[in-house]
Amino acid sequence: MTAILKVSGVTVRFGGIHALDDVSFEVTPGEFVSMIGPNGAGKTTLIRAITGVVQPQSAEIRLSGREISNLPTHKRSRLGLVMTHQIVRPFHSMSVLENVIFAAGHGRIQSVFGAMVSFDLSRERDRAMKLLGLLGIAEMADKSVRGQPLGVIKRMEVARALALEPKLLLLDEPLAGLNHIEAARLADTVADINRRGTTIVMIEHNLGEVLRVSERLVVLDNGRKIADGNPNEVMRNPAVRAAYVGKDETDAAA
Amino acid sequence: MGIYEVSLATIVLINIILALGLNMITGFCGQISLGHAAFYGIGAYCTAILAKAGFPPAVTLLCGLILAGASGVVVGLASLRVREDFLAITTMGVGFLFLGIVRQQEALGGELGISSIPSAGMSKIGFMLFVLVLAALAAAFSLFIKRSWMGFAFDAVADDEDTARVLGLDVAAYKLSAFAMGTAMAGLAGGLYTYFARFIVPDDFGFITSITVLSMVAVGGIGSVFGVMAATVVLTLMPEFFRFISDYKLLVYGALLFTVMRFAPGGLAGFLQTALRIRKARGETG
Ligand SMILES: Nc1ncnc2c1ncn2[C@@H]1O[C@H](COP(=O)(O)OP(=O)(O)O)[C@@H](O)[C@H]1O
Ligand SMILES: [Mg+2]
Repeated sequence: MTAILKVSGVTVRFGGIHALDDVSFEVTPGEFVSMIGPNGAGKTTLIRAITGVVQPQSAEIRLSGREISNLPTHKRSRLGLVMTHQIVRPFHSMSVLENVIFAAGHGRIQSVFGAMVSFDLSRERDRAMKLLGLLGIAEMADKSVRGQPLGVIKRMEVARALALEPKLLLLDEPLAGLNHIEAARLADTVADINRRGTTIVMIEHNLGEVLRVSERLVVLDNGRKIADGNPNEVMRNPAVRAAYVGKDETDAAA
Repeated sequence: MGIYEVSLATIVLINIILALGLNMITGFCGQISLGHAAFYGIGAYCTAILAKAGFPPAVTLLCGLILAGASGVVVGLASLRVREDFLAITTMGVGFLFLGIVRQQEALGGELGISSIPSAGMSKIGFMLFVLVLAALAAAFSLFIKRSWMGFAFDAVADDEDTARVLGLDVAAYKLSAFAMGTAMAGLAGGLYTYFARFIVPDDFGFITSITVLSMVAVGGIGSVFGVMAATVVLTLMPEFFRFISDYKLLVYGALLFTVMRFAPGGLAGFLQTALRIRKARGETG
C-alpha cells in the first residue's frame, strides 16, 4: 500500500540550531502514529515543516505519492493535511462555535468570488455543533474564546481541524492542559476518529494515553529520529531510554 | 439648505466613501494603511485629466475607480511580502511616493495642481444627491461584504493570518481583494472630490489626509460600517465648527488616533456594544 505521507530527509535549521537533521518517516493510510521525545526534540518543527508553516532547508514530502513541499500551506490543507497547534491559536474575535464554523466553510471560502456571494451558514453551523458535541464542549459554543480554559480551546482546535475533513490529521499535544478524565476522553475520541478512517499523527507527552491508543511510536531526540515501530518494542529500545535519562521526571512522564 | 450646507454635506458624503474604503482594508481585513490618500489622489487626478479632455463623469469616475483599484492591487502585492508592523511604513512610503511624483510632473500641474476642471453637469444639490446615492451604495456594499463568507474570511485574516492559512485560506487572495475594493472606493471618492472642488493640488492627498481617514475608521470602531460613518460625519464637521483644528489637523487627529487605539480599541462601535451588550450574531445558537 502506498504511504499516505512519506517524509524524507527533512532538515530544519534556525540560525545555528539544528532543529531537525535528516528526518524521514512514513505513515500508511488509516494508521494512528504517536510521536514522542523530550522537549526541544523537534516534534513541533517536524509537523510545521510538513504543513509548510516552517520552510525546511531540505525536505521531500509526499502526500499520497504527490510531492507537496513546494505548495503553500493553504493548498496542503486543502489536500487534506491539517494540523493543530501546541500553543493554541484560536481566532480571538470569534466565539468557540464561529471558530469551527469558519473551518467547516472551507468550501465556501476557497475562491474569493464564491465567498463574496455566499451568505448561508446553517449547514456549516450544524456540522460545527456536531463536532463540538463530539469533543464534549457544545455548552461553550456561543461563548467567546477569550477567557475559556485551555482544555476547552485545545478541544476546539481539534474540532476545527476535523471540520476541514482531513485525510491526515497532525495533532500537537492535544491532551496537554486537560485533566486526567478529559485527557482519556479526548484520546478515545481521537482513536474513534481514526477508526472512522482519518489517519492520525499525534505528538503527545502523556505516555499512558499514547501507549493505550496508538499503534506505532516514532521517537525524536535532538532533531533526529531515534526509534520507530511497535510501541512496546520502542519503549524497550535502549536509545529511547537513554534519551529520557537525565531529563527530569516531568519531561519523561509528562 | 444653503449653499454652504450643501457643500458641507457633499464633502461629508465623499469622506464616507473614502473612509468606508479604508475600513474594507484596515477594518475588515486588518491591514493597516497610512497611505490611503494616495489612492484618493490617483482617482482625483485621473478624473481631473479625463474631465479636462472632455470625457463625461460616468467615464472619468469609472476610470479613476479602476486605476486606483489597480494601483491598490500593486501595493497589496508588495504588502504580502512584509510583516504587519512594516506595512504601516510601506503604505506611508506609497503616500509620499505618490506626492513626490505628482509634484514633479508638469502634466499633472506640479505644485499648482489642476484647475478649471469642468463641472459634472449638475446643480450643487443635484451633485450632492448623486454623491448621496453613491455613498449609500458604498455602505450597502460594505454591509454586504461584512455579512458574506468573504467578511468571515476577513475576520480570520485580521485575527490571525497564519492560523487562517493552516485552515486552508488563501490569505494572499483575500488581502488583495480587500486592497482592490478599498482603494477602488478611495478612487471613486477622489473623482467625486475633483468634481466637487474643480481644483486640486497635491496637498489635498497628503499624509494629513491619510491620518484623518485612519482616525475616522479607528474612532468609528475598526470594521463597524455604521460606526465609521458616524465618526466620519463628526470628524469632517469638527474642523468646520472649531476653526483652530484646521491648523493643527495632524496633531489633533494623531492624538485622537493614539487615544482611541490605546484606551478604546473598539472605537465608538465597541463602546456602544459594551454599553448595550449587543453581540454580533454570526452562528449564534441561542
Ligand atoms: N521559530 C523558531 N526559531 C528559532 N528556534 C526555534 C523555532 N522553533 C523551534 N525552535 C527550536 O528548535 C528546536 C526544536 O523545537 P520544537 O520543534 O518546538 O521541539 P518540540 O516540539 O519537540 O518540543 C528547539 O531547540 C527550539 O528552541
Ligand atoms: Mg512541541
